[in-house]
Amino acid sequence: MTTSTLDAAPGPSRSRRASGRPQRRKLPWGSPAVYFIALVVIGLTLAPVAYIVLGGFRDNSQLTVDPAGLPSPWRFANYSNVLSSSTFWREFANSVIVGGVTTLLVVAMGVSASFVIARYRFRGRGLMFGLFAAGLMFPITVAITPLFIILDKLNLTDSLLGVILPQVAFGLPTTIIILVPFLQAIPDEIEEAAAVDGCSRLGFFFRMVLPLSLPGVLTTGILTFVASWNSYLLPLFVLSKTSSFTLPLGIQQFHSQYASDTAAVLAFTSLSMIPALVFFTAFERRIVGGLQGAVKG
Amino acid sequence: MSETPQVTSALASSLDTTTVGGGADAVSPPAAVAGRPPRARASRRERLEITLLSGPAIVVFVAFVILPVIAAFYYGFYRWKGYGPPSDFIGLHNYRVILTDPEFHRAVLHNVEIAGLSLLIQGPLAILLALLLNREMRGRSIIRVLVFVPWVVSEVIAGTGLSLMLPVNGAINALLTNLHVFGHVEVQWLGPHLGLWTLMAILTWKYLGFAVILLMAGLQNIPEELYEAASIDGASYWQMQRNITLPLLGPTIRIWAFLSIIGALQLFDLPWIVWGEFNLDRDGVSTMATYMAHYGPRTGLYGYGNAVAVVLFVISLIVALLYQRFVLRRDISGSVTDGGRR
Repeated sequence: MTTSTLDAAPGPSRSRRASGRPQRRKLPWGSPAVYFIALVVIGLTLAPVAYIVLGGFRDNSQLTVDPAGLPSPWRFANYSNVLSSSTFWREFANSVIVGGVTTLLVVAMGVSASFVIARYRFRGRGLMFGLFAAGLMFPITVAITPLFIILDKLNLTDSLLGVILPQVAFGLPTTIIILVPFLQAIPDEIEEAAAVDGCSRLGFFFRMVLPLSLPGVLTTGILTFVASWNSYLLPLFVLSKTSSFTLPLGIQQFHSQYASDTAAVLAFTSLSMIPALVFFTAFERRIVGGLQGAVKG
Repeated sequence: MSETPQVTSALASSLDTTTVGGGADAVSPPAAVAGRPPRARASRRERLEITLLSGPAIVVFVAFVILPVIAAFYYGFYRWKGYGPPSDFIGLHNYRVILTDPEFHRAVLHNVEIAGLSLLIQGPLAILLALLLNREMRGRSIIRVLVFVPWVVSEVIAGTGLSLMLPVNGAINALLTNLHVFGHVEVQWLGPHLGLWTLMAILTWKYLGFAVILLMAGLQNIPEELYEAASIDGASYWQMQRNITLPLLGPTIRIWAFLSIIGALQLFDLPWIVWGEFNLDRDGVSTMATYMAHYGPRTGLYGYGNAVAVVLFVISLIVALLYQRFVLRRDISGSVTDGGRR
C-alpha cells in the first residue's frame, strides 16, 4: 500500500525508477553521429554567448578590426572596471531583491491557492482556476499603461515594490497551472490517513502537501526567479530613477551611455547574465523533473 | 488497488443523496468517514480556509492583472495623453484608426508569420533534439544544460549581444568573410529584406531550449514497456518513434504549440531591443506589441495605446479559445470540469 502510493506521487522518484532499470534497448545508430549533431547544436547555441563573454576581454580596436576573432591580447580592464563600479553592484542588489521577494511571494501564494483549487470542493472553484488560467493569455504588454497608472496612484512607481507586486500577479498563473496537477496527484488515501490520525486540512497542507509537492514548488520557484531576473518591459515602464534600476535596465542604459565602448558593454552584459545561468545550471534537473508533473500525457 | 474503495464510496454517497435526498442537509456519514466532503457544500471552517489560503493570490491577481486589463478597455475609448482623468470620449474612433492603419496590418502579418514559422521551424527541430538527447549516453546531462543556455539568457542580454553582432561590419559578416567561401560578405541582417528571417533565427535560438525541455518532460512519461514490447516484435528505431513516441508525445506537442503561438502573438522584447524602437517597421519587424508600446506610452497617446492593447488581447483570446476548443479539447477535457480528482 505505502509503496504504491509513493509511486503515484509525481517527481524524481518515477524517473529514477525508469532510468535505474538494468535492461536498456540497444541504440541502433552510432554514437559519433549523435555527438556530432549535439556538438553542432551546442556550437550554434553558445556562439552568441561566447561572443559576449569574449568580447569583454577585448578592446574596441580589436572589435573593429577583427570582430570575429579571439581577443589578442586578452584585456581584463573591462571586467575589473564593471566589478569595481558601484552602479553595477547597486543594480545587481536591486535585481536580487526584486527576484528574491517576487519568488518568495509567488511560491507562497501559488502553493496555497493551488491547494485550494486542487483539493477543496466548492462552488466557484472552476471559475477560480479558469480566472488564473486566463491570466496566461494576458500579456503584461496589454496591461502596462493602466498598470503604470495604478502604481502611480499607490505611489509605487520608482520603487522596487512597484515591480514586485505586478510580477507576482503575472507569475501566479504559470505557477498555479504547474502546481495544481502536482497537488491533485497526491493520493486521496494519504489525506484520508492523515484525517484518521486527527490531522486537519491545514495540518495536512503543511505536513504532507508542502513536502510532497517540493519538486513542483522548486520548479516554479526557479522559473519565477529566472523570469524576474530577466524581466525587462515592466521595469522599463515602472522605474525611471537610475537608483532603482535593475540589471536589464542597467544594460540598456550602459549601452546607450557608452555606445562607442562596445567592449565595456559586452563585459557589463556578460557579468549580469552569470547569476541566472548559475541558478539554472544548479537546478536544471529540478526544472525537467518538475515539468513532468505538469505535462502528463 | 486504489480503485475499489473509491468506487464504493462514490456509490455510497450517490445512493445517500438519492435516497435520503432533501431531508437532511448535514454531512452524510459515509462521505464523512471516507474523508470526502460532499460536492458544492463547504462548511464554515472550510470557507475560512479557502479564503485564507487563496485570498492573497486572488487579491494581488485581480489588482494587478484583471483591473489593469479592464482599465485598458476603458481607456481605449478616450483620446487621452495620460494627464489627469480621461475626459475626451471618442467611442470607437481609436479602433477605427487601428484597423485601417497599414502599419498595424503589417505588424499583425508579422505576428502571424512568426507564429507559423515558429511552429514549422522549432517544432521538428525540437522533437529531433529531444529524441536525440533522450538517449542514454555519456555527457548527456552537460549537453542538455548547454542547449538550454539561450533560454536562460535574458532577452536584453541576447538582444544587446546580437545587435552588436549583426550589423554590416559586425562579427557575423566578418566570420563569413573569414571563411573565404563567399568572398567579402556584407549582408544586411537587420535590413528590411532579411529582418523577418533574422528574427526567426534569433527566436529559434532563444526558445528552442524551452521546447526541448517540455518535450523531454513528455518523453519521460512514455512507459518503457511499450518500446520493449515493440522491439520484441521486431520494430525498427524509426518505426518505434513514429508509432509510439510521436502519438504519445502528442499532448505535450500540442501544449508547446499553444504556448508558442500565444508567445508569438505577444512578442515584444527581442524586436524592440534588436532593431531599436524607431527603426522597427522600416528596417526590421514590428509586432502588435511593439506597435502598441511605440504608439502608446512612448508617444504619449495613452488612449490609442490602450486600444491597441485591447485589440492585441482580443486577438490572443480568440486564437487561444479556438485552439483550446479544436486542438486541446482531448487533452484538457476533464481537467477542470470533472474536478480533476480521479
